[in-house]
Amino acid sequence: MATRAATVGAAGIRRRRIRYGEIVVKVLLGLCALISVATTVGIVVALFVPAYEFFQDVPLKDFLTGKEWAPLFEPALFGVLPLVVGTLSVTLWAILVAIPFGLGAAIYLSEYASPRMRKVLKPLLEILAGVPTIVYGYFALTFFTPLLQDIGIKVDIFNALSAGLVMGVMILPTVASLAEDAMTAVPRDLRDGALALGSPNRVVATRIVVPAAISGIIAAFVLGISRAVGETMIAVVAAGQQPNLTFDPRQAVETMSAFIAATGAGDVPTGSLEYKTIFAVGATLFVMTLILNIISIRFVDRFREEYE
Amino acid sequence: MSVQATHLRRRGRDYREMLFKSALLVSLIIGFATLIALLVDVFVTGWSHVTWQFLTSPPSTDPTIAGARPAILATIFLGIMLIVFTVPIGVGTAIYLEEYANRKRWYNRMLEVNIQNLAAVPSIVYGILGLAFIVRGIGLGRVLLAGGLILTLVVLPTVIIAAREAIRSVPDSIRQGAYAIGATQWQVVRRQVLPAAIPGIATGAILALSRGLGETAPLILIGAVSYIAFDPTILGPFTALPIQIYQWVRLPQEEFRELAAAAIIVLLVILLSLNAVAIWLRNRYQRRW
Repeated sequence: MATRAATVGAAGIRRRRIRYGEIVVKVLLGLCALISVATTVGIVVALFVPAYEFFQDVPLKDFLTGKEWAPLFEPALFGVLPLVVGTLSVTLWAILVAIPFGLGAAIYLSEYASPRMRKVLKPLLEILAGVPTIVYGYFALTFFTPLLQDIGIKVDIFNALSAGLVMGVMILPTVASLAEDAMTAVPRDLRDGALALGSPNRVVATRIVVPAAISGIIAAFVLGISRAVGETMIAVVAAGQQPNLTFDPRQAVETMSAFIAATGAGDVPTGSLEYKTIFAVGATLFVMTLILNIISIRFVDRFREEYE
Repeated sequence: MSVQATHLRRRGRDYREMLFKSALLVSLIIGFATLIALLVDVFVTGWSHVTWQFLTSPPSTDPTIAGARPAILATIFLGIMLIVFTVPIGVGTAIYLEEYANRKRWYNRMLEVNIQNLAAVPSIVYGILGLAFIVRGIGLGRVLLAGGLILTLVVLPTVIIAAREAIRSVPDSIRQGAYAIGATQWQVVRRQVLPAAIPGIATGAILALSRGLGETAPLILIGAVSYIAFDPTILGPFTALPIQIYQWVRLPQEEFRELAAAAIIVLLVILLSLNAVAIWLRNRYQRRW
């Protein structure tokens, strides 16, 4: 570990003496940091070992390309496509809300709001982000779905549309706050230059600030998508629990996370093929979100390098 | 900013500017309108059920006498466990990364990316981890402690990231000053850096706590679903407020939906007061160096 860099200040002056207390502290802190490494290793082992066993029984090709998901039927069918399509369908509606409105909110907060307004609006956005997802699920099922039916959209009681739109509002603050961070990091000079040329605020925001902050904004979008893909409770409560290979937003679908929650809640015998489906679907979900997260982290690093 | 620009041009032609600004405002209003609709809906449906009897009775198949006492108690226990587990580990990791780790080493960079990724792993995946290792692997079973441990892992990355930001915002001159009078590295961290970073760490920890207490999916997976009619113990089966809400929402009878709304009110009061404390702490103690 990095001993040298740390002790330079004191060591130059006095005789070097080994301070055991300092070493103990450092080891303890390092152990704390190792817990998060252990968590990642644990997740990978927990998911992929049973998933591997699952794929001994069910060919990977059938899993990835099969159009029917019916693990309890005889013969059981393990095509994951209906779950993936269900997830994507809900995610699509969520990002249709979260991305444009999240970006709009971010531009307003960063370019238009006075410091006093920001002081009121940002905590409000945090509260919006702090509402538990089960509460949004309740809201989607008991308020938003009936509302959609009232205005003449013929949705089923459980449907992808209502779950997706409410999920979009849930993710909106995350997207807004990350995108706003990126835009705030854009140097003042760039704005002043454009304003000096007579550009109105709108032009400064859309032609200068957004392009300059684009990598951070994309990171925010990608993270928003990742949140939508992995979101569970809104999907379980409002989108339903029936695997359905359709992009029709009015019908019930089952997302990957909803399947995991529904199956994991039951008393499935350990070691059975049905038990292992939790891990196979979980591994699929984990890989999808991991790819999105890594893309997002890459973009964040890029905008940090540019302006910090 | 806009003052200079608008004075130079003819007035009254800024309708595009107005349109743009209105569109931005609509973006914000959509969020807040949803929040208000949600709160109004929940309070109108559930407020009449939030009674002393509801807070102190166990759940029941008869909605007229059902309460949320075991769930409320378990949520409080989970909150205490979360603070006890996440704060030392999270702050320890943050100190290691900010004060001790050499950024040039590949393993320290990997550690950072790892934590960033963990913060975005879906919470249900943590539930699978808990199911495989804590509940069945080491055989702890479907108990409250298992729930506390799994929620700890869920919120740990958030605590680490918040604590790192708080520690990073302490200016270097303070560290240099302490080194100059002969302090060791740990003395610098413990007596100078940590006291200065405490408001930021506390804010982040409380926000993370409030997020953790609202988590439902990981708890479902480790099996907090059966009806619990007695007070929870650390090593006993449990339910928690979000789980109780989930169970009631799933039932088709209108009466149980109303109980779900009542339980949501209790949960939101707990979480929003935690949020309010965190925001107050930040506004009260935030220092610009």
